Amino acid sequence: MPINYYIFLSVALFCIGVTGVLTRRNAIIIFMCIELMLNAVNLLLVAFSKMHHQAVGAAVPTAGIDGQIFVFFIMVVAAAEVSVGLAIIVMLYRNTHSVDVNFLNRLKH
Amino acid sequence: MLRSAFSVPRLAILMSNIVQLVWLVPVLPLIGFLINGLFRKSLSKSLTGIIGSGVILISFIISLLIFFQVKQEGFQPALVRLFDFITVGKLSIPFEFQVDQLSSLFLLIITGVGFLIHVYSTSYMHEEERQHFARYFAYLNLFVFSMLLLVLGSNYVILFIGWEGVGLCSYLLIGFWFKNIEYGNAAKKAFIMNRIGDLGFLIAIFWMISKFGSVGFAEVFSKTSTTSVAVLTGITLLLFVGATGKSAQIPLYTWLPDAMAGPTPVSALIHAATMVTAGIYMIARSNIMYTLAPVTQTVVAVTGVATAIFAATIALKQNDIKKVLAYSTVSQLGYMFLGLGVGAYTGAVFHVMTHAFFKALLFLGAGSVIHAMGGEQDIRKMGGLKKYLPVTQITFLLGCIAIAGIPPFSGFFSKDEILAGAYEKNPVYYVLGVAGALLTAYYMFRLYATTFLGKFRGTHDQEHHLHESPSAITIPLIVLAILSVIGGFVGIPEVFAKNAHALEHFLSPIFAQSKEIQEQHATGSSPELTLMVISVIVALAGAIYGWTRFSKKPELEDATGFRKVLANKWYVDELYDTIIVKPINALGKFLNNVFEKSIIDWIVNGIGRAVQYSSRQVRLIQSGQVGGYVLLMVIGIVILFLVEIFIKQ
Repeated sequence: MPINYYIFLSVALFCIGVTGVLTRRNAIIIFMCIELMLNAVNLLLVAFSKMHHQAVGAAVPTAGIDGQIFVFFIMVVAAAEVSVGLAIIVMLYRNTHSVDVNFLNRLKH
Repeated sequence: MLRSAFSVPRLAILMSNIVQLVWLVPVLPLIGFLINGLFRKSLSKSLTGIIGSGVILISFIISLLIFFQVKQEGFQPALVRLFDFITVGKLSIPFEFQVDQLSSLFLLIITGVGFLIHVYSTSYMHEEERQHFARYFAYLNLFVFSMLLLVLGSNYVILFIGWEGVGLCSYLLIGFWFKNIEYGNAAKKAFIMNRIGDLGFLIAIFWMISKFGSVGFAEVFSKTSTTSVAVLTGITLLLFVGATGKSAQIPLYTWLPDAMAGPTPVSALIHAATMVTAGIYMIARSNIMYTLAPVTQTVVAVTGVATAIFAATIALKQNDIKKVLAYSTVSQLGYMFLGLGVGAYTGAVFHVMTHAFFKALLFLGAGSVIHAMGGEQDIRKMGGLKKYLPVTQITFLLGCIAIAGIPPFSGFFSKDEILAGAYEKNPVYYVLGVAGALLTAYYMFRLYATTFLGKFRGTHDQEHHLHESPSAITIPLIVLAILSVIGGFVGIPEVFAKNAHALEHFLSPIFAQSKEIQEQHATGSSPELTLMVISVIVALAGAIYGWTRFSKKPELEDATGFRKVLANKWYVDELYDTIIVKPINALGKFLNNVFEKSIIDWIVNGIGRAVQYSSRQVRLIQSGQVGGYVLLMVIGIVILFLVEIFIKQ
């Protein structure tokens, strides 16, 4: 399969993520959109590393393996980040009874 | 152990190496300055006086030993290198002292006369508070230190450090009683006038560096014979500008009479041992350059003779005892410059020496009078002090005779040598010089007669308090009086005895090169004896006229007509005020009112307002809406991408 397909798919996923972050007001959906962007990047990384391995794997058996490993790191970090972020959202909800980000404009102060 | 250190062979070794210890001479006063300056609040007055005078005395003893070493036949100028001062590219300026005939002679004058002035000061300044007393001695020591640095340096940069040092110390000491605003102004005037001259000196040093690549005396002088006359003239003229500031010549002389604001011993120090002789020393040191630049020599001689006459006319009508002496110093310095200008370098240095003796004597005598009069300086309110102040009176009289140039007192020999040199160069100089001598004799005896003869004209209260000064004051007076009387015998002119001019013989290595050049252009001998008789008769006439005229009927009323012009110092201060100070003040006021407000303030305030305005606008972006922030971030990233893709390629 040509690499272009992967690229188009990730770009589409990334743009959906960006649009979601920009337009949605619910904090949880924004979080999901951020995950979408991260996974778009992950997909691209996996695709590139696979292609790379196919190209030079005969000569260098470990070629492209770092891309695969890197994806796991991103997943772990994203999971950690989500757990912290969700905790913050829960605390916010307890205080304000809302997860509407437009309502949460206290950063101004 | 201690004994063996002073045993004979060791002492002999020490003596032969004493020149290597020359750094002690300036360092000791520096130590005295530090001790007195740092511990001024805790030291007792007597301890301060002992430290202050003691360090100078030790310096004097070392100078004396060095002098005897230098005096020996076949002495070669010694360079004592302490450390590297500045090394930049090819230019290397070591911190190095040069011991030769000229510097060792100046060492003796500075430390010798300086020591007497220190001793005198212990009594004269005794009424000051303890910390001010110590401050005074600290400044005095620093003054001597700077002057010693000036005469010991082996290059123009060290000389310049000392040069600036004496300028600073004169400022500190003239303004010693800083609570009096007028005294403070006098101090500022001295400092600023000196700075004007120093600028010339500084430019000359830079010129030397660019032309000769060195500032050391030896290197510079060895290259002078191959340098064009125009360059030498330029350098020497600039150096002379420096000398006019420091040595109070026209047009930069007005600070010296105002320097009277300081305590009287300070005046003695400035006028006799330090400061004003710096210019003479510098030109005498650079004599070869001046000999090779005849135009500068003429400028120096004309300035000197003009100053001599001009200052003497002012001194005729001054009523402040110290002002008369101040103008007489300016006038005598004019003679020294005349000597330098006509190539009579030995005569000029000789006059520095004799002048140091009698001018220190006269100033210290005046200080004794002022002390007795309870601070009164106006000679119209004195008179008849002869019977109250016998020692002061007799020493002052000896000083007057010496400065008037009456044989066999010291002033006669040195002044005569300068006048003889002047005649050889141009008889006009001689005639003007003799006219100046006439005025000198006249005003000095006017001063003497008005102060010491006749009836006492002060208040009854003052008369009651009149008393001879204590021995710390009278002993220096007596020593200086003896020196003023016999000091001239080191330079007996050739018409009296062959090869009796010890000073000329002593200084001959310094001026040898100049003399060689001068002898090529020698015009023949002068009728020296005749000239001498004329100048002595003139001086005697002036002295006798001054004595007889003022001993009976002193001049008490305010001067009128032309005399008023003299009494007001030819209105030179007013002239400077009008043509220099006021325009500069006006310019300053203009810049302050117009330029400052409409341009500088506008720029500064404008920047402030622009920042305020733009920050008010930018602040609106911070809305607190997270979505807005993210949008901006995304836009930013997109822009970066576009830049990366379209522009960077």
